[in-house]
Amino acid sequence: MIVFDQVQKSYQVGGRAIPALHPTDMTIETGEVFGIVGHSGAGKSTLVRLINLLEPPTGGRILIDDEDITGYNPSELRAFRRKVGMIFQHFNLLSSKTVADNIAFPMKLAGIYSKSEIRERVEELLARVSLTDHANKYPSQLSGGQKQRVGIARALACRPTILLCDEATSALDPQTTQSVLKLLADINRELGLTIVLITHEMDVVRRVCDRVAVMDAGRVVEMGPVSEVFLHPQHPTTRDFVFESESIDHEELQEDLQKANGRILRLTFKGESTYQPLLGSVARKSGVDFSILSGRIDHIKDTPYGQLTLSLVGGDLDVAMQEFEAADVHVEVLR
Amino acid sequence: MEALLSNVDWSEIGWASWDTLVMVGMSLLFSVLIGLPIGVLLFLTGKRQLLEQPVAYAVLSFVVNVLRSVPFIILLIVMIPFTVMLIGTSLGVAGAIPPLVAGGAPFFARLVETSLREVDRGIIEATQAMGANVRQIIFGALLPEALPGIIAGITVTAITLVSYAAMSGVIGGGGLGDLAIRFGYQRFQTDVMVITVALLVIFVQVLQMVGDRLVLYFSRK
Repeated sequence: MIVFDQVQKSYQVGGRAIPALHPTDMTIETGEVFGIVGHSGAGKSTLVRLINLLEPPTGGRILIDDEDITGYNPSELRAFRRKVGMIFQHFNLLSSKTVADNIAFPMKLAGIYSKSEIRERVEELLARVSLTDHANKYPSQLSGGQKQRVGIARALACRPTILLCDEATSALDPQTTQSVLKLLADINRELGLTIVLITHEMDVVRRVCDRVAVMDAGRVVEMGPVSEVFLHPQHPTTRDFVFESESIDHEELQEDLQKANGRILRLTFKGESTYQPLLGSVARKSGVDFSILSGRIDHIKDTPYGQLTLSLVGGDLDVAMQEFEAADVHVEVLR
Repeated sequence: MEALLSNVDWSEIGWASWDTLVMVGMSLLFSVLIGLPIGVLLFLTGKRQLLEQPVAYAVLSFVVNVLRSVPFIILLIVMIPFTVMLIGTSLGVAGAIPPLVAGGAPFFARLVETSLREVDRGIIEATQAMGANVRQIIFGALLPEALPGIIAGITVTAITLVSYAAMSGVIGGGGLGDLAIRFGYQRFQTDVMVITVALLVIFVQVLQMVGDRLVLYFSRK
């Protein structure tokens, strides 16, 4: 468990303290995939670097499994960092070392593993990230996705309990992003590793995260389970991110709504109700006619969800609302 | 042909070439041994680096700049008393080596500093995140990553030392430069001058070629 207790960070610029992270309380549970989403400069990079103290905080306490890491001396800190893997946007592999040597590097630095242990572990990791055939290549000979897989294998070498991902998919194309995210999800499930992932893409959060914190200007403005935050965003920044990820033009949508007749509802289905043939039966029971203005069915991590914007004309609206709620559908009246 | 090169004593040329090789080789060795740690220190103590130390950096940087700003011909002369103290003579091949190192080491140190700065900061950060200490970051990440740049720096330093070594002929340093000055210049033996210059050109070409090959071999980018 990672606990932030009034953690803050500011930088001294020309004698003035510029805050990068305002005092923040936050808890990340063991074994969850926790997303931090924000625009560049929102402070998410700082926040993730506080967890392994690449950036020391200027105030507050950071507790990892009930131990305050801000009090560590340099050698304790180095030992602690071996238990926290990190992967990066630009991979940060050593260009002078082969794939196998890159993966072995953190184990060699630790100085507590025998040569045969290192060799075995490297082989195991190469297999896990499907790069066994590339063991003796140099990073420059690999594609972006392969480089990030080397980065992941390297981060896992010393069997960490936490994995920090700093915009790990931002330099990758959509297809490669998908495969890297799947690898991260597998690792999380199979090893029970806690993953803290920062990104500026809500889509990444939607696919792999359990919970998410939204950051804006050095503050966490919204935090909660991904389905909550994603389907019912409260803060304007969060809404921007969600609309962006669904490629919705907000103004265009408003214009479309203006043209529609009757009441406008937004229905949110989650889990099993997504696949129920609900609209037809509700229409029959309530006598309401509806047209679909916009709609989307997708997944949040492994949970299916659907979101429909409907305009309803005639019939008994109250009956329709009751029917929706009885079917466990979240209803929001837009007009 | 014989008449054209009537003044050339080939065994003399051979010895002078050997002397130049020894002067450049020895001074290069010491320049690297002294310049490399100074270059690493310059890098580490620099602004926003691992061991940021403004005062240490300023002092080190000042000493390096002073040595680099003195024209080598002056450095040769200024160094004489120190050279005598150090190895007992300021003449010959041995006498030329201390001033060559004094000129070569700070030059090389700057080149090392520059090539270390070229190493991606992300790599240093990643190595830190793995729990490396400063020594491990230097020897495990920084130096291997900067190796091609450092080899290119050694090549440039070696070539600079060839020309410095030739200059040391002025204070009786020996080698091809000494030959060129004593015979080619003072006795107007143009043929000796042409041969020594030709040999120096070949020497530099070979150094550059070998250096480039090594850089290529160690570049994995």
